[in-house]
Amino acid sequence: MIWLLLAVFTPLAGVLLLALLPRAGAAGWANLGFSALSLAGALGLATRVLRHGVLDAHGFRVDAFNVYLVVLTTFVGLTTAVFSRPYMYYVHTDEKRVSARGMRLYHSMYQGFLFTMLLALTTDNLGILWVAVEGATLATVLLVSLYRTPAAIEAAWKYFILCGVGIAQALFGTVALYFAAQHVLPAGANGLSWSTLYAIAPQLEPRVMVVAFVFLLVGYGTKVGLVPLHSWLPDAHSEGPTPMSAVLSGLLLNVALYAVVRMKMLTDAALAHSATPELAGHLLMGFGLLTFLTAVISLHRRRDIKRLFSYSSIEHMGLMSFGFGVGGPLATFAALLHMLVHALTKSSIFVTVGHATHIARTQRIERIRGLIRTQPAVGWGLLLGVAAIAGFPPFGIFTSEFLLLSATMQLWPWLTPLLVLGLVVAFAGLFRSTQPMVFGAAPPGQYPVRANMLPVLTHLALVLLLGIAIPAVLAHWLDQATQLITGRSLL
Amino acid sequence: MNLGALSLLDQAVLVLAAMALFSAFALLAQSRLLAAIHVFAWQGALVAAVAALTGAASGDVNLYISAAITFVLKVLLIPWMLHRLVRRLALERQSDPLPYPALTLLAGAAIVVFADWVAAPVAQFEHSATRNVIAISLAIVLLGMLTMVVRRQALAQVLGFMAIENGLFLAAVASTHGMPLVVELGVAFDVLVAMVLFGVFFLQIKDSIDTLDIDRLSQLSASVEQDEATEAQR
Amino acid sequence: MDRFLNLGAALLQPLLLLAAAPLLTGVIRRIKARLQNRRGAPLLTPYRDLRKLIAKEAIVARTASPLFRAAPYVVFAATLLAAAALPVFSTVLPGARIADAIALIGLLGLARFVLVLAGLDAGTPFGGMGASREMLVTTFAEPALLLVIFTLAMTTHTTNLAGMADATLTGATVLRPSYLFALAALLLLGVAECGRIPVDNPSTHLELTMIHEGMLLEYSGRHLALMEWAAQLKLTLFAVLTVDLFLPWGLATRLTTPAVLAAPPLLALKLLLLAALLALSETVLAKMRLFRVPGYLTLAFLLALLGLLSHVILEAAA
Repeated sequence: MIWLLLAVFTPLAGVLLLALLPRAGAAGWANLGFSALSLAGALGLATRVLRHGVLDAHGFRVDAFNVYLVVLTTFVGLTTAVFSRPYMYYVHTDEKRVSARGMRLYHSMYQGFLFTMLLALTTDNLGILWVAVEGATLATVLLVSLYRTPAAIEAAWKYFILCGVGIAQALFGTVALYFAAQHVLPAGANGLSWSTLYAIAPQLEPRVMVVAFVFLLVGYGTKVGLVPLHSWLPDAHSEGPTPMSAVLSGLLLNVALYAVVRMKMLTDAALAHSATPELAGHLLMGFGLLTFLTAVISLHRRRDIKRLFSYSSIEHMGLMSFGFGVGGPLATFAALLHMLVHALTKSSIFVTVGHATHIARTQRIERIRGLIRTQPAVGWGLLLGVAAIAGFPPFGIFTSEFLLLSATMQLWPWLTPLLVLGLVVAFAGLFRSTQPMVFGAAPPGQYPVRANMLPVLTHLALVLLLGIAIPAVLAHWLDQATQLITGRSLL
Repeated sequence: MNLGALSLLDQAVLVLAAMALFSAFALLAQSRLLAAIHVFAWQGALVAAVAALTGAASGDVNLYISAAITFVLKVLLIPWMLHRLVRRLALERQSDPLPYPALTLLAGAAIVVFADWVAAPVAQFEHSATRNVIAISLAIVLLGMLTMVVRRQALAQVLGFMAIENGLFLAAVASTHGMPLVVELGVAFDVLVAMVLFGVFFLQIKDSIDTLDIDRLSQLSASVEQDEATEAQR
Repeated sequence: MDRFLNLGAALLQPLLLLAAAPLLTGVIRRIKARLQNRRGAPLLTPYRDLRKLIAKEAIVARTASPLFRAAPYVVFAATLLAAAALPVFSTVLPGARIADAIALIGLLGLARFVLVLAGLDAGTPFGGMGASREMLVTTFAEPALLLVIFTLAMTTHTTNLAGMADATLTGATVLRPSYLFALAALLLLGVAECGRIPVDNPSTHLELTMIHEGMLLEYSGRHLALMEWAAQLKLTLFAVLTVDLFLPWGLATRLTTPAVLAAPPLLALKLLLLAALLALSETVLAKMRLFRVPGYLTLAFLLALLGLLSHVILEAAA
C-alpha cells in the first residue's frame, strides 16, 4: 500500500509544489525528482503485486494488467522529464516562447497529468476513473495552448471540446453500468467498484450492458483516438510542446485504451450467455480496423513532422484496439506487448523530433534536411526510431505485430492481407518523409544543438531487447495480464 | 403505465423533466447570448428540482446534497461566471442566429425519438416512476451535442457543453438516484475546472484571434494553411 | 320530448356562442384599453358596429366574381358549423356525436380557404398580399394544431371533443407534461389563427403589416359584417376549445339542473380569464415583423411535437 501511495500521490504533491516554485531551472530538476520518486513507488508496487498477487484496498485495485501500465507510465514520465528539463529550459530562455508563469504552469501540470493517469490506472471505482480521465484532459489542455499561437489555441480548443463531448458519453455509459449493477447488487454495495462488478458480471442485464458499452467505447474511444473521433489528436500533438506530445502519445492513449479494455472485460462476462457473446470484441475490432486504415492513408503527404507521428500513434492505437477486439490469449498478449513497445518507441521518437525541430527551427518536413550530417546522434535516433515504429525485425514492435498477425491468421484469416497491406503502406508513408529528413544535404547555417539522447537510447535499447528476447519476468507478467483479461494463459 | 397511479411528486418529476427537455431546445434555438445563459440557468434549476423531488419521493438524503451542489454550480456559479465573461468580452449585444432553424429543430425532435429508442432497453428493467426520464436525459445530452455542432459562437458551445453535463446528471438521478457522493463531487470539480479553463480560453482566443467565432478556428483543418500557421510562429 | 330538448340544446349552443362572440371581443378591447390607461369603448360597441354594417349597402367591385359574393356566407356558415362541434355547457348533447376535433379543423380550413380565394378574387394587391401571408401562417399552424389534437387524443383515446372533455373530467387529476406542452402550443396557435398580436394586428389597416384585414379590404356592408362576425366567432371558438380541452371542470357531464345551470357562469368566468390573458399579452408584446412569424410558428409546432413525444416517452410507455 505504501508503494501505491508513493507512486500515485507523489505527482499530486508535485502539482502543488511546482505551482509555487518560481525558478524555471530548479522546477525542471524538481519535476525530474518527483517523476523518479513516482517510478520508485511503481517499481516497489510491481514487486509487491508480482509476489503477493492483486492489491485491492481502499478503493484501489492493482493487478497484473494495470501494474505494468503503472510502471510504464512512471517510466516514460521520468524519461520524458529528463528530456523536458533542458528542452523546456531552452524554449523558455533562448526561444522565449514561454513565460516564467507558463513554465510554472507547465511543470505543475506535467505532474498533474501524471497524477490523473496513475489515479485512472489504479482506482477500482469506475466513477473515479472517469473523473481522472476527464482530469487528464483538463490538465493538458492549457499545455497544448502553451505557446499561445492562434494555431495552438485552436488545437487546444478542439481538444477540449471534442474530448469533453466524447468523455461525456463515457459518463452516460458509466451511469448505465451503475444502473445495471444496482439491479443485481444488494443495497449499500458499491456498484461502481470494478472488482465487485466483475464478480457479478454474468448476472448483469445484457441489453443494458450493450448500451453501456457502446457509450463507454465512444467516450473513452475518443481519447484513444479512434476514428471518427480522432481529429483532436494530430492537432493537440503538433501544437503543444514536444514533451507533451511524447506523454500524450505514450501514456494518455494507453490509459484510455486500458479503460476500454476494462469495460470490455465486464461486457464480455455479461454477454457470455446472450445471443451476441462477442459483440464488444467485434465493435472494438471494427473501430480498430477503421482507425488503422484511416491513419495509414493519412500518413502520406503530411507536412508537419509532429502531425506525421501523431497519425502513426492513431495507427498503432487502431492496431491495439483491433488486437483486444480479436480476443483470445495470443491477440491479447500481442496487444499488451504492443502497448508497451509503442509507448516506449513513440515517446523516444517525439523526443528526437523535439531535437530535430530545434536543429531545423521548423516543424515542416520539407525544411528539415540532413539531420545525420548536422548531428549524427539525432539523425540516427530518428532513423532507428522510425525503423522501430514501422515494425522492422529486431525491434519489439515487429514481435508484437507478428504475434497479432498470427492471431488474426488463426481467427480471421481473411483480414490478415488487409493488415499486412496497411503496414506496408504505413511503412512507405513513414519512410518517404523520414528518408530526406535524415539523409539529404543539410541546409547552410544549420548547427547541432545540445541534445540529451539518453531517454532515446534507453527506450530504443529496451525496445530492441524486447524484440530479441522478452525477459522471463516480463513474459510472465504479461501472461498474467492476458490471463486476467481473457481467462486463459498463453504460455 | 397508468400515470394516475403515480404519486404527485413523481408526476411533478416527469413534468419538470419534460420542461428541462424544452429548455434544451430553447438553448439550441436561442440566438442571444445573455438569454441563452438564462435558459441554461433555468435548465440547471429544473434539473436540481428533479433531483430534490426524487430525493423527497425516495427519502434519499444524498440526492438533496446532489441537488444543492447542482443548484450552486449550475444555477448560480457558472451562469455568473458566464455573465462576467460576456461583459468582459463585450458580447452583450452579440447574437448568433441558427443557420437553418426549422431544420435544426426537426433534427432535435429526431434526436429525442432516437434517444427514446436507445434508452428503451435500459428503461425496461426499471420499475420506478422515473425510468422514462432516462430517455429524456439522453435526449438532453444529445441536444447539447447538437448545440455544440450548430452554434458558431464559442460561448454558445460552452453552454452546449454544460447542458450535456446537466443531461448526464439527470440521467444519474433518474436511473440510479445519483452516483456515489465521491463521484458526484469529482464530476462537479471537473465541471468547475472546465468552466475556469473555458474562461481562460476565451481570453486567449480573444487575444490571439480577436473573435469568438469558431469558424475562424479552422486553420488546422486545411494542411496548406497549417504551414502558414507554423510559419507565423517563426 | 327528449329529442326536442336535445335538438334545441344542440342548436342553442352554437347560437349562444355566436351571440356571445362580439361581447368577448368587446371585453378584450375594454381590458386592453384599461391596461393602457384608456377608458375604452362600451362593451356593446361590437354589436352596434355589426348592426351598422348590416344596414349599409354592400358594394362589390366590378372585377369580382360570384365567389366574392358567396364567400362571406360560406365563411360564416363554416365557422358556425365548427362552433356547433364544441361542447359548450355539456358533454352529453346530440351535437357531441359529431363533435369531432378533426372535423372542426377541417371546417376552419374550409372557411380559410374560401376567405383566401375571396381575397385573391378582387384582384387588388393588398388582397393578394394578405392571402399569401395567411397561407404562410396556415402552412405552419394547421399541422401543429393537428399535433395538439393528436397529443390529447392519445391520452383520451378519442378525437371527439366531448369525449376528450369527458375523459379529462372523469379520469383522475394527473399532471401531464404532454398537456402542458399542448396547452402552450394551442395558446400560441390560437393567437396566430385568430390574427392577434404578435402575429397580426386586428385593429390596424396599415398596409404593410396586415394579414387578415388585407383580405377583407374590398368588403363592405353586410358582407363585411358577416366576415367580422365570423372572425369574432372564431376567436370565441378557440377560447372555448382551450377551455374544453384543458379546463373542462364545470362542464355538465349529466343533464341535471344544477349541473346545467352551473355551467354557463363558470364558462363565462373562464373565458373572462382567457380574455384578460390575451389582452395582457397584446399590451406587453409588440407585433413582430412578418419574417419572424415562421419562427414563432415553429416554436408552436415544436411545443406540439414535444407534447406528442413526451406523451410517448413519459406517459404511454408500458
